[in-house]
This record gives sequence, structure tokens and C-alpha cells, in this order.
Amino acid sequence: MDDRERLRHHRGAAMTAVLEIAGGALAFGDRTLWSGLDLAIQPGEFVAVLGPNGSGKTSLLKAILGQQPLTSGSVRLAGAPVRRGDRRVGYIPQQKLLPAGTPMRGRDLVTFGVNGHRFGLPVSRAVDRQRVDGLLEDVGATGFASRPVGTLSGGEQQRLRVGQALAGDPVLLLCDEPLLSLDLAHQRGVSELIDRRRRTHDTAVVFVTHDVNPVLDVVDRILYLAGGGFRTGTPDEVLRSDVLTELYGTPVDVLRVHGRVIVAGVPDGHEHHDHDHEVHE
Amino acid sequence: MNDILDRLFSFENYGELLGLVQNSIMAAAILGIVGGLIGVFVMQRDMAFAVHGISELSFAGAAGALLIGANVVAGSLVGSLLAAVLIGVLGSRARDRNSIIGVLMPFGLGLGILFLALYPGRSANRFGLLTGQIISVDIAQLGVLIVISIVVLVALLVVWRPLSFDSLDPEVAAARGVPSRALSLGFMVLLGLTVAVSVQIIGSLLVLALLVTPAAAALRVSSSPVLVPVLSMAFGFVSAVGGILLAIGGSLPISPYITTISFAIYLACRLLGWRRTAARRIQA
Repeated sequence: MDDRERLRHHRGAAMTAVLEIAGGALAFGDRTLWSGLDLAIQPGEFVAVLGPNGSGKTSLLKAILGQQPLTSGSVRLAGAPVRRGDRRVGYIPQQKLLPAGTPMRGRDLVTFGVNGHRFGLPVSRAVDRQRVDGLLEDVGATGFASRPVGTLSGGEQQRLRVGQALAGDPVLLLCDEPLLSLDLAHQRGVSELIDRRRRTHDTAVVFVTHDVNPVLDVVDRILYLAGGGFRTGTPDEVLRSDVLTELYGTPVDVLRVHGRVIVAGVPDGHEHHDHDHEVHE
Repeated sequence: MNDILDRLFSFENYGELLGLVQNSIMAAAILGIVGGLIGVFVMQRDMAFAVHGISELSFAGAAGALLIGANVVAGSLVGSLLAAVLIGVLGSRARDRNSIIGVLMPFGLGLGILFLALYPGRSANRFGLLTGQIISVDIAQLGVLIVISIVVLVALLVVWRPLSFDSLDPEVAAARGVPSRALSLGFMVLLGLTVAVSVQIIGSLLVLALLVTPAAAALRVSSSPVLVPVLSMAFGFVSAVGGILLAIGGSLPISPYITTISFAIYLACRLLGWRRTAARRIQA
């Protein structure tokens, strides 16, 4: 990021940024995942976070969720430091198939987004039920809402999770590999839902993924984490051989094949080492 | 053969006996309901093994109390709460949890056996803790058991929604502001309380028959978030009360009646669930 761009981001941040990370650094022991991270995300902006396993993508999300304190620097949501359980943040987790016997229907998953945090007798109010109906409609899940979640496909479950994340009317959507192990049609369906939301509601999106291709058309900016450093910019600015070669400190080729981006030559060590840090809380 | 049948099922002076065990039946009824309800979470949070682990430490606590002449229910409560909190604090991940339970369980059982061996009293009391002794629990203690069960029941209803959310998807629940950690610990405490009550009624070795089997059976025939807990409570109630009603005429322990009814219900549900999926497959 050059000085002019940084200035522009900072100025934007001062006015309207939904999310602002300033001088962010995260280290576990003597291993620094990233440092000096400045990032301001505007309403409606779609930022993809890329990088190999262990580069701290998930930890970044946890930091934004207020679950992972930074080693230094700050994370602010709409001007105030992030805190745990902020209802203005919608969170879509990695797709993990719910087991067949789970005693929940599709709509119950969305209902959790509306009132799952509330204590008290487990009776949903009429206004909550209407809200759930609306959300189901929004994510195209009305048709399978009354089926047991365990019988739904990965794509259907993930649609419900999007509905669940939208329940709090979020200003920021955090997505952690939401397309993992979905087939192409469902990948497109789910990423369209997320893209539509930010266009209609100006919701900012932080989208962690190991494969940028399913969302390449909708991404405004990329945050690429690797080798203890990072690069930000548009896909054309970041997904280049020279940029990633510098970041990884070893020759990396970025190929464009039929509109798809393929990053080749990423050293093996980057894919696997310190994987534990990804799940570290 | 007839001889055995007579010992298994005897209904002489039934009305009189019924009057005598009224309070036991009430305690069993409430425990059946609470056990069925908490069992739904035990299944969803994959904690069947934890239930067994807690019950062995509960047994040790009860046996210790028996030895020093303290209140057996109090001893049982101390043991099971200690185990529940230990498992809750040290075993937030499933794999850690199982190894901790695996370590605690034989220790608790061994400790309990030692206490019983040292105990000079009647031997019937000794086995009661392992295999159930509801009839020999006095009325004051029955009252305590009933109160504990009601407390657990109310608490479960209050935390129902966030606890279900947390059981289904702890990460998202935490992101939504559900206090995951406190809730998990709170659940372990409720589980500890329920186990302590169950140990008094059907014995520490057989606790699973009321805390796991009814919910497992209900999950076989339904995946409705309303029907599963309702069925599970009904199954728990029928097993516990039915067991006592069948057993009181004879001189045999009550637990086998409860475990058998509970198991029979599970079998029936499995069959039903299996026939349903088979029918669905034929349709498709």
C-alpha cells in the first residue's frame, strides 16, 4: 500500500468506515502472523481475505468478533472498539454438515439468529416468527424451511446460515470459508446472496476464503496474508506474480486461465505449518 | 418358571403398598421428566460418557457420606458437582473431555468401593448406591430430591434457547453474544444435580437409563424441536414410574424394571424409525 492510498483509506475511515483496523498485529509466542495491518472497510465494500493455512485469516475474524485480542493495534466497529457478541456483526461459519438426527427444522436455524441469544421460556413471539419468515424468503429457503436440518444439503444449510447471520440486520458480515465443500451451483447461489445483501443494504463484507475464484467478480478489495506480512488492493493489484513473490519471499506465479486465478508455486510450508494457530482462541 | 414369574410380578396388597411408596413414585416421576429433558442436551452435546463419569463420582461421594455418617444425598451432590465442574472446566474439547472422564471414572468407582468396604452397616445399603434404593430413601430426603429436580427443570427451560443454539453451533452462538463458557458450565452443574438425584433412585451404574435412553429413543422417531423433548420426557416418566409400579409388589430391586422399560421403548422407537426411513426410501 503506498502512502497516497493509505492516506485515502485513513481519511475515509475517519468519516464512514464500518470496520477499521489500525496498526494491527497478532503474534503467538515468537511467531508473528501479521503486523502493521491498517485496513478500513467502507459500507457495502466486499473484501476477500486470502492466504495460506496458518497465515491468521481465522484469527483475524476472531479479532473482529472480539474473541481474540490483538498483540498490538486496535479494531474498531463503527468507531468503537469491537466487543464480544456485537449484534451488528453477522457471522457465517465454515460449512459443516449438521448430523442427520439433529432435532431442528430449517427455520429453527434462522430463528436462532433472531432470538437464540435470549434467555427465557422457549416460546417464539409472533413478531419473531414473522421476522424469520421474511429472512427465509430473502435467502430463498422458504421451500425447505420445515424440513429437518439434518436432511438438507450443504448448500441449503448454508443458505439458512446466511439467513441466520442477516437476522440482526448487520452492518458487517464476516464469512469464514462459507463456500467450502459446496458444489459450483451452490457456491454461486450463496455468494450471490451475500453480494446482493451488501448492494441492497450497504453491509460491508469480510470474506475469508482459500479460493478467490467463486467471488472474483464481486470482490472490491483483497487482503492477502502470507509469510508474516500482507498486501491489500484490488484483485488486479494484489493477484500478480511480482506482488505475491515479494510477499512469500519465494517465486510464485499467478496464472489467469479462462478468467480463473491460479496461484502456483506457493511453498508447501506455507500450506501446512502452524495450522494450530488457525484454531487457537 | 412360575416361581420366577411370581417373584418378578406380584400384586398382593397392592393398594396398601402403593400408599407406602407414594413419595417415591412422585420423586421418580419428576426425575423421569427432568432426565428426559436434560437427555436431549446430553445427546446433542455428545455427553453420554460424561453422565456416566459424573455418576461414578457421585457414587463415591454418597459412599463417603455413608461411611462418615453424613447425609447420603449431600455426599452424592458433592461428588457429582465436583465431577461436573471438573469435566466442564478441563474438557471443553470433546477429546480432552473423554480422556478426563476416562481417568476420573475408575478413580471414583474405586474410591466408592473402598468407602463401602470400610462401612460397617447393612450390605443392602451398600449395593443400593450402585443399583438403586429409592424405596429406602426417607421422606425428608425424597423432598430434597424433588426440589432439586424442579430447580433443574425450571433452569433448563430458562436457558433452553441459548443452550440449544450453543449445542448446535457454539462458534456462531458465541459470535451472537451467547455466553458459551458460562452456559456450558451452568449446564454441567444442572447435569451434576440431575445425576445426583438419579443415583439415589436408580443407582450410579444405571443412571444412563433415565438420562440418555429416553432422549436417544425420541431422536429415533422425530427431529422436531418440540416433539423430541416432549417424547423424551414422556419416555422417562413411563420408565421411572412404570418401573416402580411393576416392582413394588415383589422383593426385587426396582432398577431392572426401569432399565428394561426404558430399553424396550428405545427398541420400539428404533424399529419405528427404521420402518419410516424404509418406507420413505420406497416412496423415493
